[in-house]
Amino acid sequence: MEQPILEMKNISKAFNGIPVLRDVNFSVKKGEVHALMGGNGAGKSTLMKILTGVYTADSGDILIDGKPVSIKSYEEAQKNNISMIFQEFSLIPTLTVAQNIYLTREKKTSLGLLDDKDCEKKTEKLLEELGVDIKPTDIVQNLGVGYWQMTEIAKALSQEAKILIMDEPTSSLTKNETEVLFSFINKLKAKGYSIIYISHRMDEIFEICDRITILRDGRYITTETCSETDLDTVIQHIVGMEFDQAFEWKERAYATDVQPIFEVRNLTAGIVQDINLKIQPGEIVGIAGLMGSGRTELLRSLFGIDPIENGEIYVNGQKQKIKNPRNAIDAGLALIPEDRRMQGLVLEHSVKDNMILPILSKVKKGTFIDNKKSNDISNKFVQKLNIKTDHIFKQARLLSGGNQQKIVLAKWLANDPTVLMLDEPTIGVDIGAKTEIVEIIREMAETGKAILVVSSELPELLALSDRVVVMHDGKIKKEMTRKEIKTEEELQYAIQGF
Amino acid sequence: MQSKVSNIQKPEATALKGFEWRNYIVYFAFIGVLIYFSITLSDEGFLTSGNLLNIVRQTATISLMALAMTFVISTGEIDLSVGSIAALSSLVGALAIQAGYGIVGGLIGGVSTGLVVGLINGLLVTKVAIPSFLVTLGTMGAVKGFAMWITDTAPVPIVDANFNFIFGSGDIGPIPVLLIWTLVFTIIAHVLLRKTAFGRQVLATGGNENAARFSGVKTMKIKLMVFLGTGLMAGLAGLLYAGRMNAGRFSFGEGDELSVIAAVILGGTSLFGGVGTIIGTIVGSLMIGTINNGLIIMGLDVSQQMIIKGIIIILAVAFGKKAMKR
Repeated sequence: MEQPILEMKNISKAFNGIPVLRDVNFSVKKGEVHALMGGNGAGKSTLMKILTGVYTADSGDILIDGKPVSIKSYEEAQKNNISMIFQEFSLIPTLTVAQNIYLTREKKTSLGLLDDKDCEKKTEKLLEELGVDIKPTDIVQNLGVGYWQMTEIAKALSQEAKILIMDEPTSSLTKNETEVLFSFINKLKAKGYSIIYISHRMDEIFEICDRITILRDGRYITTETCSETDLDTVIQHIVGMEFDQAFEWKERAYATDVQPIFEVRNLTAGIVQDINLKIQPGEIVGIAGLMGSGRTELLRSLFGIDPIENGEIYVNGQKQKIKNPRNAIDAGLALIPEDRRMQGLVLEHSVKDNMILPILSKVKKGTFIDNKKSNDISNKFVQKLNIKTDHIFKQARLLSGGNQQKIVLAKWLANDPTVLMLDEPTIGVDIGAKTEIVEIIREMAETGKAILVVSSELPELLALSDRVVVMHDGKIKKEMTRKEIKTEEELQYAIQGF
Repeated sequence: MQSKVSNIQKPEATALKGFEWRNYIVYFAFIGVLIYFSITLSDEGFLTSGNLLNIVRQTATISLMALAMTFVISTGEIDLSVGSIAALSSLVGALAIQAGYGIVGGLIGGVSTGLVVGLINGLLVTKVAIPSFLVTLGTMGAVKGFAMWITDTAPVPIVDANFNFIFGSGDIGPIPVLLIWTLVFTIIAHVLLRKTAFGRQVLATGGNENAARFSGVKTMKIKLMVFLGTGLMAGLAGLLYAGRMNAGRFSFGEGDELSVIAAVILGGTSLFGGVGTIIGTIVGSLMIGTINNGLIIMGLDVSQQMIIKGIIIILAVAFGKKAMKR
């Protein structure tokens, strides 16, 4: 059998005693594109961080060309010809392509000065070999995003990289740019480079990859050859057979014959195109879709963060003009954002100050904030949502992820919104808090509000939603009532666009 | 493949237009200022070679500090302490000469004073991770206090004629020594920024610190070096003040941080880091010197000059910001 260029054997890793990788095996052949797949928390990124020296494995071996190696830092990974193509681009935007590629490795003239001509010549040769149509003297920030990635790849190759790791490389690319990247990857493959390709997009994986390794819950599940397997098998391996009782869907009754409490007509904003959506009082609508499908952007534009180019929004049958978040709040909308630490909370402020921020005008007594009233409201929500904090004056950053998310929820519930929009409401919270948050959302719906939830975690989406809309390239591609969806696989199919 | 690759749109042409215009605005502005004063002040002798060389003399201290400041700002940092360093260095230099250590003693005293403050600034920014704005705001005050304290605010006269010639009022033929100082350091700084690994790494650090670190740039070391640079050059500027005025004095360099930063930003160096130009800085510095000179000839007093300088800085940064957004 052909010697694999890279082998990771029996890799185990635990954080604070919680195992995230258990005896994982992974091997890559020379000149192959190998997909690494799995749901959120399956352990893909931990495995890659071990390979690039960010983490060290608790046990297990890494073999390059059959020889065991020790990788304790990114520099050591590079020495072993492994390069990560970063999702967040790692180029200096203000320097040229050539200056970026040879940064800290420039050739010097006899006077000890930089020999830019030499770098440019080498870069030109490299770009020509790779068939990338940019000039070595182009300033990076003036180039399209697609070229940034190719510059990064060129940089990796100039450092003798043989194994490239690409994490969701197409998430910020247009269709056109994706095609270019793929023909580029095929070229690299033909030259004998190996690529580890991490993505959730099945169509891309089946188009570009030779083999697929699937992880689930930190365990190695299987390695399949793309040409011999099919979507069904892969999805089944990713999802597994487990069933979480807490996440069971409960059929709920809500009025379907009344006027929709929230309605969006022909909404277009940025990549979001022509969205039509009606939500009944008490209904929970889930939005499913891949990264970059426009889910988050839809919520952002509804909340007045991204400008709406076209379309109408109705709350309780009344047309609303939403130009900024203040308008949206006044119209009765609330948005629980994706990143609670960056967008949801003022981490340095207390639990109470965070909660009353959107309702300052309601707790005012004349010019000043009514302390008793705002304390009462804060205490009420701490109790109601079971937020674990010593007191309401504790800094938000001192609380756990789940409790922080509950503060964000409380913040908006205190304002009694008509339409509650949530973006990845349980991301990064533990399973206990997750169940509680799901329950809070259900309770909100019971009081007759409209709920719109975006989530990448399908079990959560299926547990919550009365109806699921699937987004793709900024448009609604499919709409299904919860009853129509028999299994998670079925929803996964719809999301992948089949 | 070739044809496909060119499918990706390159917004290069439009982006470069705004960019280049911004790069050259300081030159047009400088020429504009020169023409304006030449016409309005032709009777007062603005355009005589005597006055023009005078501008160079008066600008030399600002220019030297601005050269070093270009590196600091290119890394995305700031140094507000340069004016205070110049004051303290002028005094330490003058005291060393007074104590009989001669020109070399004065030079070493002044320059090492600057280096020590620069080292403190750099270590606080890199090791203690305090934002440079706050660090240098603090040292600006503390160093100024030191300068007032060591002689109890009394000036220290320098009677060494050679020192005063080399560091101040001397002329070699028709050329003022201060012009030579400026020229020599401009060339060194330009080569350092454009042609050496150090300069490249300064720009990389300011352009994207994380990416620079991942590319193997020792960003902390680079930052420490640029603060040593402003310390060194501010120390030298202090000696030039002392040479020109034949004394060390605590009030030298007061408000210079304003002029220095204005010169750098006007020249086209980005306040957000990653883009820097030495030639632009020198032209920016000369422009500020020219405006100062013109305003004095016009009969405006110091207070009015300060108002104009403040407005210029705000305008310069506003232009810079516009170019960043594009």
